[in-house]
Amino acid sequence: MTSTVDTAGKRASAPSPGGSRSRGIHRGEGAAGWLFVLPVILILGIFLLIPVLMALWVSFSDWSGRGSPLAPGVKFIGLDNYAQITTGGGLQERDFGTALRNNAWYVVLVVPLQTALSLFLAVLVSRRILRARGFFRTAFYFPSVTSSVAITVLWLFLFSFAGPVNGIIQGLGGTGHNWFNDPRGIIHVALGKVGIANGPDWMVHNTFLGISWWEWWAGPSVAMCALILLAVFTTSGTFMLLFIAALQNIGYELTEAGLMDGANGWQRFWRITLPQLRPTLFTVITLGLIGCWQVFDQIYTGTKGGPAKTTVTPAYLSYTSAFQNQDWGMGAAIAFILFVIIIAFTIFQRWALRDRPVSKRRIRAYQPKGVRS
Amino acid sequence: MKRHTARTLLAAGGTVTAAALLLTGCGSGFSGGGTSSSGAGDLTSSKKALTVMIGSSGDAETKAVQDAVAAWSKESGTKASVVAATDLAQQLSQGFAASTPPDVFYLSTDQIAGYASNGSLKAYGDMLKNKDDFYPSLVKNFTVDGKFYCAPKDFSTLQLIINTDLWTKAGLTDADIPTTWDQLASVAKKLTTGTTKGLVFGGEYARIGAFMAQAGGRLVSADGKKAEANSDANVEALTYVQQHLKDGTFAYAKDVGAGWGGEAFGKQLGAMTIEGNWITGGLQSDFPNVKYKVAELPAGPKGKGTLQFTNCWGMAADSPNQKAALDLIEYLTTAKQQLAFSKAFGPMPSVQSAADTWKSDNSALVPFLTGADYAQGVPTTKGSADVVTDFNSQLEGLKTGDPKAILESVQSNLEAIVK
Repeated sequence: MTSTVDTAGKRASAPSPGGSRSRGIHRGEGAAGWLFVLPVILILGIFLLIPVLMALWVSFSDWSGRGSPLAPGVKFIGLDNYAQITTGGGLQERDFGTALRNNAWYVVLVVPLQTALSLFLAVLVSRRILRARGFFRTAFYFPSVTSSVAITVLWLFLFSFAGPVNGIIQGLGGTGHNWFNDPRGIIHVALGKVGIANGPDWMVHNTFLGISWWEWWAGPSVAMCALILLAVFTTSGTFMLLFIAALQNIGYELTEAGLMDGANGWQRFWRITLPQLRPTLFTVITLGLIGCWQVFDQIYTGTKGGPAKTTVTPAYLSYTSAFQNQDWGMGAAIAFILFVIIIAFTIFQRWALRDRPVSKRRIRAYQPKGVRS
Repeated sequence: MKRHTARTLLAAGGTVTAAALLLTGCGSGFSGGGTSSSGAGDLTSSKKALTVMIGSSGDAETKAVQDAVAAWSKESGTKASVVAATDLAQQLSQGFAASTPPDVFYLSTDQIAGYASNGSLKAYGDMLKNKDDFYPSLVKNFTVDGKFYCAPKDFSTLQLIINTDLWTKAGLTDADIPTTWDQLASVAKKLTTGTTKGLVFGGEYARIGAFMAQAGGRLVSADGKKAEANSDANVEALTYVQQHLKDGTFAYAKDVGAGWGGEAFGKQLGAMTIEGNWITGGLQSDFPNVKYKVAELPAGPKGKGTLQFTNCWGMAADSPNQKAALDLIEYLTTAKQQLAFSKAFGPMPSVQSAADTWKSDNSALVPFLTGADYAQGVPTTKGSADVVTDFNSQLEGLKTGDPKAILESVQSNLEAIVK
């Protein structure tokens, strides 16, 4: 937008060396440009910029939720809100620590799973020999266009104590779980199976954000696992679409060349197809990360943070502290910490997925044997 | 250079215009911090219509409130409308932030401290004509920092609900209705068969707190000034519950696969449950064939005890027509109107003058009202809802947990907010 306006301005001034903008057929183009971008500036400003700036201000203020946050009575209290949830030592700090723990496990499991599954599905439905490709594409994409509330309700039913999932498990001879009421972390459960019920002392007695390291390593609770499955189920269809589009953009020539060189299917996928999908991979992982750190609706409609706070996420905690407890500053502070976390993760994975020269080890692998120097 | 400056100026001008437009656009929404004082004293008065916001349990409740408000409107000549909120807490917060809150609204005990502390509420309790008619324990529930904020709307206490079919099948009679903890344990044992547990209730403070009350304990002292969660009485209560969760005669609703005590009771997963009078509606609509009886909860080591739950009619400090709002609230809390509500959707009147009529109309539910004499309220200090949530999450693991350790952590959480 800006560059267009700039060139227009330059052209307008070219025939008038005097510098006056009032003559020539291009006069007023700058103003016209501004007029054209004004609607967007207004819309983005009202609905994005101003609310974000106000929320930022609230996170540094003692606004209590009555009247305008910009009213004269509202005081600047520096980093107090941030301090309360990160170093306060009280319930708020522990809640925030718990929420971060829960969400971190959610991200760690959902992002790789949904990326892998969506890529797998995309490769599957892109195969030329597959019949009824349209049907499968629609079927896999369907969960993505269904409202997350409806799917959450469906999930509550499927994973209920007497629900179909438990029915199937029991039919196969296993014992059902009380899925949405089981607060035990799955790593703790697994360790318990091999006889480790309590962590080593250094893990139990050292804490971070009010939560002991042993608790940090509890893994997602059984209830959270059900939500992780839900997220993978609903989002992989969306990302499958992105991968299908990317796969269609890749020419067949390279694959064919690999075929001639004797690469098998597995090698063709890892060495030829996947590297070409890197930009899409970046998009999918970025979107996945952002979506996962912001998970809210499944919690709000489904578990409300239970059982035993193991499905509380920072986004949900931000909502409850603001709307239910009237701690608006703290709610806003949580939101901004979440923002920083998302940015940090995105920068990290940008770095991890950057274009790199082929390593010497890799080059050697491609060289015929005996040529090594 | 000059051209450049011109462009910059133009750009700056554009931004300023945009900002100005934004500010004027937003201006009306964020104006003013309220004109009236939130302390007791004068009420605002104007010709403006009233808005009543309720968190309704269903069509029956919405219609009953609408009818009552319409009748008042006709009588007083002040226009009033009823809004049934989908998410009351959120919609109220929005109203307070924009300085355009509903004039009158439902307010729960766990929210009152938050709204009172930021000055959103008008403390009108002492101006009520029927002030002395409310149960004193309810008035205490809505008193924050010595100010009686709002009129109790209705209430219920927790009592013991017994499935009469299973009761007689186990060979029990009316004489066996438990009056002590030991008797409760023994009938629960007799009633536990197959998938049916003797006593099933929600694994949360809002149910287990009744046992704490019977043992003589509470979370916050009666005057609301001292945290006493780690008292010996509370430890005794949790130990008692834990003991019977372990021997399988008591169970949490979640652990038998039900959402709450009423569902477990209706599905006959529990022969007894601990709930308030709201269970009658649920049983009627979902499990009409289950026959039940309401009895008072057994007395513990320190006598009878239960918890009570209540809401009040909140009034906004920013309401432009508080005089009319007060009049409306007085109308809605009269014995006559509360009895009409009771008939329409089942709540229990919060005024003592309605007690006798209510008892004769609802003879089977009398224990709920009797409980008002000894019931204790849930803590209302700002931040206590969080502490209770945390307590609940620990109570979920009570079966294998350490009661003393759980209560110590609650104590330290409470000490941070009770001063």
